Amino acid sequence: MRRHPGLYLVIIVLVAILAAFFVVPKGIGTKWMPWRLGLDLVGGSHLVYQVDLSKVAPADQDSVVSGLRDVIEKRVNLFGVSEPQIFTAKSGDQAQLIVELAGVKNVSDAIGQIGETPLLDFREVDTASSTATGTQYIYTNLTGQYITGAQLIFDQTTGQPQVSISFNDQGAQIFEQVTAKNVGKPLAIFLDNQLIEAPTVQSAISGGKAVITGNFTVATAQQLVQRFNAGALPAPITLINQQTISASLGSDSLAKVILAGLIGTLLVILFMLFYYRMFGVFAALSLIIYILLTLGLFKVIPITLSLAGLAGFILTIGMAVDANILIFERIKEEIKRGLPRASAIEEGFRRAWPSIRDSNTSTIITAVILYFFTSSFVRGFALTLLIGVLVSLFSAITTTRLFLRVFIKDKK
Amino acid sequence: MNIVGRRKIWFTLSTVLVGLAVIAIVSFGFQESAEFKGGTLWNFSIPVNTPALADVQTEFSNTLHVPNASVSFDSTNQSFFVRFDTIDETTHATYLAALKTQWASFNELSFESIGPSIGAGLLKNAIIAIILVLIGISLYIAFAFRKASRPISSWKYGWITLLTLFHDVLIPAGLFALLGHLNNVQIDTNFIVALLVVMGFSVHDTIVVFDRIRENLLNQRGKAPFATIINDSVNQTLARSVNTSLTLILVLLALYFTGPFDLKYFVLTLLVGVTTGIYSSIFIASPALILVSPKEAVK
Repeated sequence: MRRHPGLYLVIIVLVAILAAFFVVPKGIGTKWMPWRLGLDLVGGSHLVYQVDLSKVAPADQDSVVSGLRDVIEKRVNLFGVSEPQIFTAKSGDQAQLIVELAGVKNVSDAIGQIGETPLLDFREVDTASSTATGTQYIYTNLTGQYITGAQLIFDQTTGQPQVSISFNDQGAQIFEQVTAKNVGKPLAIFLDNQLIEAPTVQSAISGGKAVITGNFTVATAQQLVQRFNAGALPAPITLINQQTISASLGSDSLAKVILAGLIGTLLVILFMLFYYRMFGVFAALSLIIYILLTLGLFKVIPITLSLAGLAGFILTIGMAVDANILIFERIKEEIKRGLPRASAIEEGFRRAWPSIRDSNTSTIITAVILYFFTSSFVRGFALTLLIGVLVSLFSAITTTRLFLRVFIKDKK
Repeated sequence: MNIVGRRKIWFTLSTVLVGLAVIAIVSFGFQESAEFKGGTLWNFSIPVNTPALADVQTEFSNTLHVPNASVSFDSTNQSFFVRFDTIDETTHATYLAALKTQWASFNELSFESIGPSIGAGLLKNAIIAIILVLIGISLYIAFAFRKASRPISSWKYGWITLLTLFHDVLIPAGLFALLGHLNNVQIDTNFIVALLVVMGFSVHDTIVVFDRIRENLLNQRGKAPFATIINDSVNQTLARSVNTSLTLILVLLALYFTGPFDLKYFVLTLLVGVTTGIYSSIFIASPALILVSPKEAVK
């Protein structure tokens, strides 16, 4: 880079200009690849469920948790959330399931649907103890856990919507036994402990298919089909943590944090120009390049930007010029000692390096520890801080040095 | 400036400040947010016919019979904050419906209800993170200054850094214990993150001065007393120590005055911590090196 500083500088500036088009909201870049913003900026819900694994054998726990994740993902997809985020965290007998829903209007409904298990079971009618006032039912072993799929069908003569369900092999066997035992008698179908219907069994049914006639509208039948297809939850879950942020608060936070970022950048630039004059101009240019490149990186990786993440990034704007300050102060000293400007610049960079390295290492240590010891909200902050520090080292040292090499020459 | 010579003034000032901070922390403790101890935090606005604070409190305590409900009004955001015990979603929906009937313009901004089990884990991790950062940074300093082993060993630079970090963290922490006592300001994850960031930054300036001491020691070994080298180094790096933190303070001020309300106390912790950090790196960390050096090196 010593030989062709101009060439490298032009490349960096061009990349920064491309990044500018890429990162500006509502520009070309946004159509191509939109920003990923956290729940606290677009509004949405962060739900944490406790999974009760006490009744699951230790060997099966992992598969139950991942099964649970799949079931909940299917359920969440039913109400049309774009890219729901579902994570699991397991420690000992306790597992947690974290569901992030962005832009859901009715959170109560969503929570209802995630937690709801369609509880289907078949019961025999106990003719012996049933009286005229009430029918007594006997539970069978046939329940919704054997269902592999459901379909919406229509009765060929009445056009009434019905739900057709299929059992797996085990379920099909039980179904055959139960129907064989009850030929000529009614077999009751219960959904969520509500009697749906009690058709009379004509003959033993093999093949594992049953039709629930019920009294459905197309919509309720459709919903039931979806719930069956999403499957039953393999382990009980309880909502232990809910954080919901309205879309209006989110967009308000976003607007304010962007404004604060712009004002902060402007103040830093004015300070650098006022205090370091000519050198300040190059620091300011490097800072702008830093901001564009870092935002571009955030988008390419991609990092979901939360409010904390943006705050972390804005802090790095205040830090990005630190290396420049150390270098410029050093250059001033070297010039005072009588070195010509170009040599003073090279010497300033060389001598300022150990303190730049050591001070940034301490921030990197902090960011890495933060990243590994905290949960999702703080992680965003730690990651933007870390990337910010690394890119700022590049911009404050490489970019600024190129600027100085190209524009400041000793008078011959 | 004769900073090292007047070190007794700075040490006394810091001892008093840290002492006050410790007294505040011990006697008031911290107001833990729902995040740590579990509970509900509900933020909403009622833009049309905004009721008085007392009316909202009455609605929660007497009409809805919410136990332990405490209502506060935030004037910058024109919104209400209500804190009470953890509730489930069904109860939330019931309250929401009742409040919307009571005030037609009721607008839910955010709602969080957190079980106590989560908070305990968060707090434990936060404390582990703080300890690791303290150890990590101090060890790094001891390593980075391994060449500056005379007249004091590089471990002592690490110890002094650790001391300075405690100083810079205790003062904002004490302030928050006081604010919690006076204004019911609560500490949350953001507060812990801010303290960690303060550590990362405050050590920046300390390193800049230590780096200069390291360099001056190598250049003029034995020619000048250690105290003079330290005082010269502090003075030579004064402008850059202040300027590097000043740019950060400019950005923090922008965030404090124009940024979103949610970041207000996070930014305040940082502002206090970073300001303390400038002071400690100039007036505490370097003069403290004298305290741990052998007597003949000082003269």
